[in-house]
Amino acid sequence: MDLLTTPFHDAFAPLAISFVLAAMGLNIHFGYTGLLNFGQAAFAAIGAYAMAVAIASSGIPLFPAVLLGILASVLLALVMGVPTLRLRADYLAIVTIAVAEILRLFFTTQYKDHFHARDGVSGFTKGFRNLNPYGDLPDGFLGFSRNDLWVMTVGWAVVGLVCLFVWLIMRSPWGRVVKGIREDEDAVRSLGKNVYSYKMQALVLGGVIGAFGGFIGALGLASVQPDSFNTDFTFIAFTMLILGGAARVFSPVIGAVLFWGLLAFVQVLLSKLTGEWGIIPESIMDREQIGNVRLALVGLALMLLMIYRPQGLFGDRKEMALDAH
Amino acid sequence: MPTDSSAAVGGAPAVLADIANEPGVAKPDPILVASGITRQFGGLTAVDVEHLEVQRGIITALIGPNGAGKTTFFNLLTGFDRADTGDRSFNGKSLKRVPASRIARRGMVRTFQLTKVLSKLTVLENMRLGATGQLGEHFWAGPFQFLWRRQEGEITTRARELLARFKLDAKEDEFAGSLSGGQRKLLEMSRALMVKPELVMLDEPMAGVNPALKQSLLGHVKSLREEGMTVLFVEHDMDMVRDISDWVVVMAAGKVIAEGPPTAIMQDQRVIDAYLGAHHETDITELDAEMVAAEVEAEIFSDMDVLDTRPDKETPA
Repeated sequence: MDLLTTPFHDAFAPLAISFVLAAMGLNIHFGYTGLLNFGQAAFAAIGAYAMAVAIASSGIPLFPAVLLGILASVLLALVMGVPTLRLRADYLAIVTIAVAEILRLFFTTQYKDHFHARDGVSGFTKGFRNLNPYGDLPDGFLGFSRNDLWVMTVGWAVVGLVCLFVWLIMRSPWGRVVKGIREDEDAVRSLGKNVYSYKMQALVLGGVIGAFGGFIGALGLASVQPDSFNTDFTFIAFTMLILGGAARVFSPVIGAVLFWGLLAFVQVLLSKLTGEWGIIPESIMDREQIGNVRLALVGLALMLLMIYRPQGLFGDRKEMALDAH
Repeated sequence: MPTDSSAAVGGAPAVLADIANEPGVAKPDPILVASGITRQFGGLTAVDVEHLEVQRGIITALIGPNGAGKTTFFNLLTGFDRADTGDRSFNGKSLKRVPASRIARRGMVRTFQLTKVLSKLTVLENMRLGATGQLGEHFWAGPFQFLWRRQEGEITTRARELLARFKLDAKEDEFAGSLSGGQRKLLEMSRALMVKPELVMLDEPMAGVNPALKQSLLGHVKSLREEGMTVLFVEHDMDMVRDISDWVVVMAAGKVIAEGPPTAIMQDQRVIDAYLGAHHETDITELDAEMVAAEVEAEIFSDMDVLDTRPDKETPA
């Protein structure tokens, strides 16, 4: 435990990558298109479960299983989008948050032979680990196991590709249409664009990116458990996106890395202050309270950020001020 | 009152000179025909238009007192709201169940009463968005710039020409949200032209525009007609209606109550009644005296019948 290495470790670990991708998906939904998706956890969950169960229960190889996960997330986007995208924005928010919870409870309680309830699905990483090129590397390099390093290599490569894709598509006329929809969908409709179709495409795109977050998270933890996909998952991803500043290609990446780094830093700092250094006496705070206090402190930091820098770290203040009109 | 100079401002254009000034009258070359259109909100019938034809190539004004259903009718025509009954046809083709976006692509483009510029897009991006048939707007083609670069260049050239015409060229890199109210109206109108419309529908183009800009806006609307486009606009500003419209349609309480050239319409008794109320010519002093007399009478009777205990009761002088 060190003030520098632990935050560094957490900020780039597989779990962080899964949140980076979830936040990037939300960036497509919320940042660029203005869709309020409060159920990003559902996309990550359905991707992770589809891949994991396909491998563990049916013995399907890795790549078809990943394709299956993508397909499942596309279907989920269609199921949520068809009834709600013609309606006002709030309805999508209600439906997505409900669907995410329904899915989580479904995975917890149904088909226990395949989903294994709270224990989750495991035993699906062999195919992925067999591809690991870091055979000679000793475990513990930079604090990561060789499995972690392999997941991180693939994960950050995926992040890079997604960044490139988001940049390419958002500078195109397609990106212009979805940004227009974010501003005022009636205006875009009056210019002859099929708004419903564009919103659906954006929902699918962001959902598939979220499913990739599910894949990486699952491969990193070597298991898929329903409780990793509760509502916190979505809201932490949202927090990361807002921290970086919505509608910027790199902001969810930087936001997620900073968020995990900050969380780990406060954790280490508090435990040193209470234990090793003895600066905070046990009568004020003991070790067991660290977990809660660090979340409170990070929350405070985010509040200050929203007050003094509402556009996020990379947002444009001038753009933000336009909302006041 | 008939006018003898039909060619002058306020008279009917030559093509409509022989047309009767009756609601729902048939026109020689209608671009838009609506019939049997009704729309109810709960118990309120907001729009109930039996028949209306909009002549091609002229400027038609749609006027009426507040709450007459003009904007609702506009929304029904453009597909932004769905009528309970009735149908309309554009260039002879029915628009029943055609979504608003496809209506726009067919060449019937509208603007909004509350201007809808896309604030966080630049003025130039707002304009480019208006162009139809863009290859790069397909998801599969978006990431590959070489597929749409040429078309984007052509669109940009056209957008810049329009911006120059509407005197917005100096603002092309600014966010649309930073424009003034009048500039937004100009941007919205020029953006609508990017769609290459045949029929331009303007919902209160003069609302919130300062007098200096008004004149140039009027000029722009007239220039649309000169380029062969048809214009239908909703307006409260009577100066604008008189100055630029060739034909005026008057709505009141959801119905079309009169049609005709502007000068005739402004003297039409039905129109004046609709705006000012049917009793506006009754002498108010006469009415007053009668009312006062009736009140006094009522009071005397009530005093006689029961003892009035209210101390603050006033006796009219």
